[in-house]
Amino acid sequence: MDPSSLLQYLITGLTLGSTYGLTALGFTIIFNTTGVINFAQGEFVMLGGMMSVYFMHALGLGEPSAVVLAVLGATMAGALVERLAIRPVRDCPTINLIIITIGVSILIRGLAMLLWGKDTHVLEPFSGNQPIMFLGAAIMPQAIWVLAISLFLLAALKLFFSGTIHGKAMLACSFDSKAASLVGIGVQRMVLLSFMISAFVGAVGGVILAPITMTSYDVGIMLGLKGFAACILGGLGNPFGAAAGGLILGVLESMGAGFVSSAYKDALAFVILLILLFVKPSGLFGPKDSKRV
Amino acid sequence: MSYRKDMIWLAFFFGVLMFAPMLLPNNYYLTILILGCLHAMNAVGLCLLVGHAGQISLGHAGFYGLGAYTSAYLSTTVGLSVGLSMLSGVALTVVVSILVGLPSLKLKGHYLAMATLGFGIILSILFNETVDITGGPSGFVGIPRLSLFGWELSKDVTLYRAVAVMLCLFVWLSFNLLHSRVGRALRALHTSERAAEAMGVDIARYKLLVFVLSAAFSGIAGVLYAHYLTFIAPSSFGFMFSVEMIVMVVLGGMLSVPGAIVGAFFVTVLPEFLRAFENIEILLFGAILVLCMMFLPDGMAGGWNKLWAWGKARLSGAAHG
Amino acid sequence: MKATKCVVALVAYLLACVPAFGGDAIKIGAILSVTGPASFLGEPEKNTLVMLQEQINAAGGVNGQQLEVIIYDDESDVNKCVMAAKKLLDQDQVAVVIGPSISGNTLAISKFFSSAEVPLISCAAAEKIVRPVDPWIFNTPQLDRHAVSRILMDARDKGYKRLAILTVSDGYGQAGRAVLKELVPAEGFELAADEVYGPKDTDMTAQLTKIKGASADAIICWGTNPGPAVVARNRVQLGLDTPLYMSHGVASGKFIELAGDAAEGLVLPAGRLVAVDQLPADHPQKPVLEAYVADYTKAFGPQISSFGGYAHDAFALVMEAIKMGGSAKSGDIRDNLEKISGFAGTSGVYTYSPENHNGLDESAFIMVTIENGTWKVLN
Repeated sequence: MDPSSLLQYLITGLTLGSTYGLTALGFTIIFNTTGVINFAQGEFVMLGGMMSVYFMHALGLGEPSAVVLAVLGATMAGALVERLAIRPVRDCPTINLIIITIGVSILIRGLAMLLWGKDTHVLEPFSGNQPIMFLGAAIMPQAIWVLAISLFLLAALKLFFSGTIHGKAMLACSFDSKAASLVGIGVQRMVLLSFMISAFVGAVGGVILAPITMTSYDVGIMLGLKGFAACILGGLGNPFGAAAGGLILGVLESMGAGFVSSAYKDALAFVILLILLFVKPSGLFGPKDSKRV
Repeated sequence: MSYRKDMIWLAFFFGVLMFAPMLLPNNYYLTILILGCLHAMNAVGLCLLVGHAGQISLGHAGFYGLGAYTSAYLSTTVGLSVGLSMLSGVALTVVVSILVGLPSLKLKGHYLAMATLGFGIILSILFNETVDITGGPSGFVGIPRLSLFGWELSKDVTLYRAVAVMLCLFVWLSFNLLHSRVGRALRALHTSERAAEAMGVDIARYKLLVFVLSAAFSGIAGVLYAHYLTFIAPSSFGFMFSVEMIVMVVLGGMLSVPGAIVGAFFVTVLPEFLRAFENIEILLFGAILVLCMMFLPDGMAGGWNKLWAWGKARLSGAAHG
Repeated sequence: MKATKCVVALVAYLLACVPAFGGDAIKIGAILSVTGPASFLGEPEKNTLVMLQEQINAAGGVNGQQLEVIIYDDESDVNKCVMAAKKLLDQDQVAVVIGPSISGNTLAISKFFSSAEVPLISCAAAEKIVRPVDPWIFNTPQLDRHAVSRILMDARDKGYKRLAILTVSDGYGQAGRAVLKELVPAEGFELAADEVYGPKDTDMTAQLTKIKGASADAIICWGTNPGPAVVARNRVQLGLDTPLYMSHGVASGKFIELAGDAAEGLVLPAGRLVAVDQLPADHPQKPVLEAYVADYTKAFGPQISSFGGYAHDAFALVMEAIKMGGSAKSGDIRDNLEKISGFAGTSGVYTYSPENHNGLDESAFIMVTIENGTWKVLN
């Protein structure tokens, strides 16, 4: 095995992994304020990509403005989902809310299929298609965009949660929503905000990934699944864990395909994930399991 | 519900299932019924696990497939008799569920969901990729039809009756389980695991028991499915079907076995009804799912109970007025 | 009661949706994957059937009888396909069925048709469907075997020795992989690498890097959109100059759009539909193809693919069989299908017989390459 192949697998894995990481980040934000795993998270990613394509073709916009509009549109969709499907039933058991998000994801997917068709679409890369050669491995400029924007988003979220009043209020909701409302935090507003932020993060992910992975109405299912896995791998509730979990999952897959078997790469990644869970039941960077009666 | 009420319901349900084929105009409806019964078997097991033991599983489609593929392989490729293959299929499902359940059930909530999900995905990849054994993505062809004691159930109606009897047996088993010591332990477990543990309930054992039982239900359903359709493909046993099973249970009302059955039939029949709407079928399916959950938070069983109570109140109100 | 009224209205509406018994119209069923992962096949097939039904009925029907085509969507799902098949056979009682779009679903339902004695003309390509021959089951697409042997002929001409294969892990890829693994060594080539990717995978760099290490002379990629487009892009991105063959599964304009510049110079076997204008004027398929392309693009826009052609040919063959025998009874349609010979369709020239229910051979394919964003016929 030559080092350039190894490097290539690593780079591929990291690019793939940031896809999962960004989706996982969205999961984490909503989970932290509501305790709900939002199965429609993958659809926000899809909306980002598909809306960009739509705005470019139907409205004839340039890529930058189409992308901005798409991200805004998906954020609005996040707000709508919260308003229409989650808020009216906020007192229901968590499992019901989770099933509702499954229904919402079917709805969004169906709408996208009817509105924009079943075809796959491509977006142009932000800065060309010419790979950068590095020690015999090829790096796509778009992969650098993806990594950079992912890191930027992560840092911005960190700042938001620790440095702004809204961020702190959302964190408070995640610890104890009753106590949070007692000290005067509008818990409902925070839930709305969390849906918007996670839709925003998802859509940004969808937009920056579309040039690499292409996009179609049904890309959300697979991304949602891998994103959830990344969340759990990193430890549910920890944004950095989610991002790291995504990267690890991506690298595992690409190394698995390279060194073991491309047919069993996903199985391999999941076997390792299961073993990790059995050894460390709350994920790699999850909170310690404290026993409370 | 009391044990007596449960048994009355079961007798009524059994009657409906046995009587149903006479009302059906043709075999098409029988196919829907058979698939509905098979889905209901899965849902009943999952209702015990998710509703009563409070343990989520997103991997039960894997058990369904494991039963189906094992029996298909043994009866078709190896050449064992159908009965023996079916037994081996179920046995393997049980063994695997113990192996998976032991470490997984130590996990909680979403982590357990992930572990079972991962297990389901690993199995569905195996179904897809071990082409020499399973026939791969394009499917396993030529499975012999279900036969009992050397007597092939070639007519759909006979096969349907066998499946329906099996389903009722599962329901009977479940009712008995819920009204036994185990049922009480499960209820304690559901309210507070820690409190139950403190009271001396061996929660790990009960959790595993219900997990294995639900896996066995799915395994049996899978075995029957394989020998009914005589063709199986990995796409029937993927992640989406695991999710669909959970949807059936929650839609029916998590704590209600009859609810789970109604949920299973609902999810099976609905797409057939929506066929007339062609493209917007998927939209309607999603919308119905969301609306059901929003307006019937306790599922159809909960909705039925409310309706029942409301009707009773009106009746007695009318009597008094 | 408001709720009761709603239910009554709904039931009434559902009943109204059930098509009224239309005298003695010939009933033709179709099961197509209009939605789900295989919708790229089912959607154009459905469009094609709807269009052809209108054409025939507007022209006075066949043998003086109107046609009623009943199309069900199986959502690319086995269980839905089984239910649709039972519905067509038991409830709608159709004379003949076109579809399903994918091989797995065809294999799942074919025995229902042989026991009901209704002919099924599948739009899926797997060899298992027609070999061994089941008297009631036919199919219209070219077999994978023919595509592979065209690719290998080309590879031999160019002097390649070591071939790597990269296939998708779904029904289409599995069938292709089986044939490739059989024919590549049998035709005297060396199998340098055998890699697989998932139908939803978005990056095949790892597989291509591995193939690069195996120093193959050429790569054969077997899949349907969008996977092969990703493979083509990744190949260019990695700076890999090993020649790349594609399968006929990507022979549509969509592939060129998705792969962009990376599609340039790729070679693949394809039906003649992609290059109608480059066909010689006296080619038997020319009039059929010209008519189909013109009608389809007029009705549904320029996104035409050879997949819709599978349904076109199935439909045309059924019409021919009905006309030949002057009868639309299931048994007569079956008997007459076997007598069809030299019938030009969009995928090739069909000759069915009791021993051959596929009816096409290698000549149904031409080798094409992609040049300046369009198809160019080789030699």
